Amino acid sequence: MKSRLIFILVVAGLILLNMILACTQKTNRINTAGSTTVLPIVQAAAEVYMQNNPKINISVRGGGTGIGIKSMINETIDIGNASRKINKRESDLIDKKNLIETAIAKDAISIVVHKDNSIGELTLEQLKKIYSGKIYNWRSVGGNDKKIIVISRDISSGSFEVFNEVVLDSTMVKNNAMKLSSNNAVATAVSYTPGAIGYIGLGYVKDNLKVLKIDGVLPTCETAMNNEYKLTRFLYMYSTDTPKKLAQNFIDFILSDEGQNIVEEQGYVRIKCFE
Amino acid sequence: MNNFKEKIFKGITYTASLFTIIVLFGIIATLFSEGLPILKYVNIKDFLTSPNWHPTHIPADFGTLSLIVGSLVVTTGALIIAIPLGLGSAIYISEIAGPRSKEIIKPIIELLAGIPSVVYGLFGMAFLSPFLIKVFGIPTGLNAFSASIVLGVMVVPIISSMSEDALSTVPRNLREASFALGANKWETIVKIVLPAARSGVISSIMLGFGRAIGETMVVIMIAGGAAQIPTSIFQPVRPMTAAIASEMGETVIGSPHFHALFGIAIVLFIITFITNLITEFAFLKKRK
Repeated sequence: MKSRLIFILVVAGLILLNMILACTQKTNRINTAGSTTVLPIVQAAAEVYMQNNPKINISVRGGGTGIGIKSMINETIDIGNASRKINKRESDLIDKKNLIETAIAKDAISIVVHKDNSIGELTLEQLKKIYSGKIYNWRSVGGNDKKIIVISRDISSGSFEVFNEVVLDSTMVKNNAMKLSSNNAVATAVSYTPGAIGYIGLGYVKDNLKVLKIDGVLPTCETAMNNEYKLTRFLYMYSTDTPKKLAQNFIDFILSDEGQNIVEEQGYVRIKCFE
Repeated sequence: MNNFKEKIFKGITYTASLFTIIVLFGIIATLFSEGLPILKYVNIKDFLTSPNWHPTHIPADFGTLSLIVGSLVVTTGALIIAIPLGLGSAIYISEIAGPRSKEIIKPIIELLAGIPSVVYGLFGMAFLSPFLIKVFGIPTGLNAFSASIVLGVMVVPIISSMSEDALSTVPRNLREASFALGANKWETIVKIVLPAARSGVISSIMLGFGRAIGETMVVIMIAGGAAQIPTSIFQPVRPMTAAIASEMGETVIGSPHFHALFGIAIVLFIITFITNLITEFAFLKKRK
């Protein structure tokens, strides 16, 4: 009796194993994940790419830069999207696998406030003071007497790290700053919160938000391209050095003229003039 | 042949129950083996009583008090909203409503339990939060108060349906005896039926507490995410679950931050474990 039971279990196990293997062996599939800043570009590009190549299936997920790179390290995805360069901690974990870094677009981190805010510009120094809690009323920077609601991004976000580096210069974000988990969450919250200030990728700026000049410069495609605007950064795609041909083709497509047009349509800045 | 079938069935059910226990102990073991190493970097007093949570800053602060307080504030708020609503509807369905309206109201309340939490989160983000800013004139709509409201609504069906079960198992003759002694409906419900169903009602509240304190998506989306000890309910907070879920993706396995998040998970586990124990005891008492 017992041996019969074991036999049945073994057969069932083998069938299950086969099913799992069959799922992972799908070759015409590209998995990407990572920065929500890069997400709109990848999503739009994937749609066009899948239309041109009906056999290929691209899965696009967000999660934040940290998650994209971590999934890359764990080899659960083919392309990791990042809104910052890979850091030391992370590169230590993958030196043996040799990551390929491809800059696919440029972005300007836009500082946004509620559309009724009377403030039109801030200096980097004022921005730093607002985020570290030294300035807490709009009056201090020439606005109306209203409490500043500081909105930051969660720590798995590449925007958070770039913002920390450029603006905060390793001072701490104050304890009572709100930390939201995506660009869209920040944009939505700022749009209906009168005293709010937040930062989002250029591609997420909509009419219901007011974009501030930083040190006198408004974030636009031109000022991001010529580095006049201080809060600019490159957006990257990471792949391993033996990428599936499919993944490499997709990255090449984003770098092509058609792909870069999509980048621009989504509100980001072309990479081309940079090389 | 029958004997063989019986053995197989016994084997399958035995394996299933064994599997659950193994998984549970595996989780507990992982929790403690990954969480306790944080005490190498910070002593337990600072870990539990410092309000400064700056895990990625150099040097890092691993004080979880603000996160624990965040969870407790939001959960307490949710229960304050959910207990009267849940218990009220349970009493109405079980004691007052006729069979017709009972048949309509009960499934509708239970339907609330089937809505995915991310949908509640969206509702809170897109509707409730701007609404609260307009009505109360508060500086931000993503705060402990709005998270409490949404969590409260999520907990109502749990308290309602479990309390209703408890109320309807109270024997008929108790009610009849009460009426016979001249008590009216209100007195019967408050003085006889509710005390008789006490243990079931308490465990429904405890279960609701467990659901609210463990809920993650809603607090990530609505609680605001600021790691601070709130001085008013209209300030943003960062409950423990929100911190774990939104930071785990970024941490390097084995780093102090990673262990700190598991440390928070231990705190959360202990809190829910204690509430489950209380529920368990409430039920044991009932069986006696």
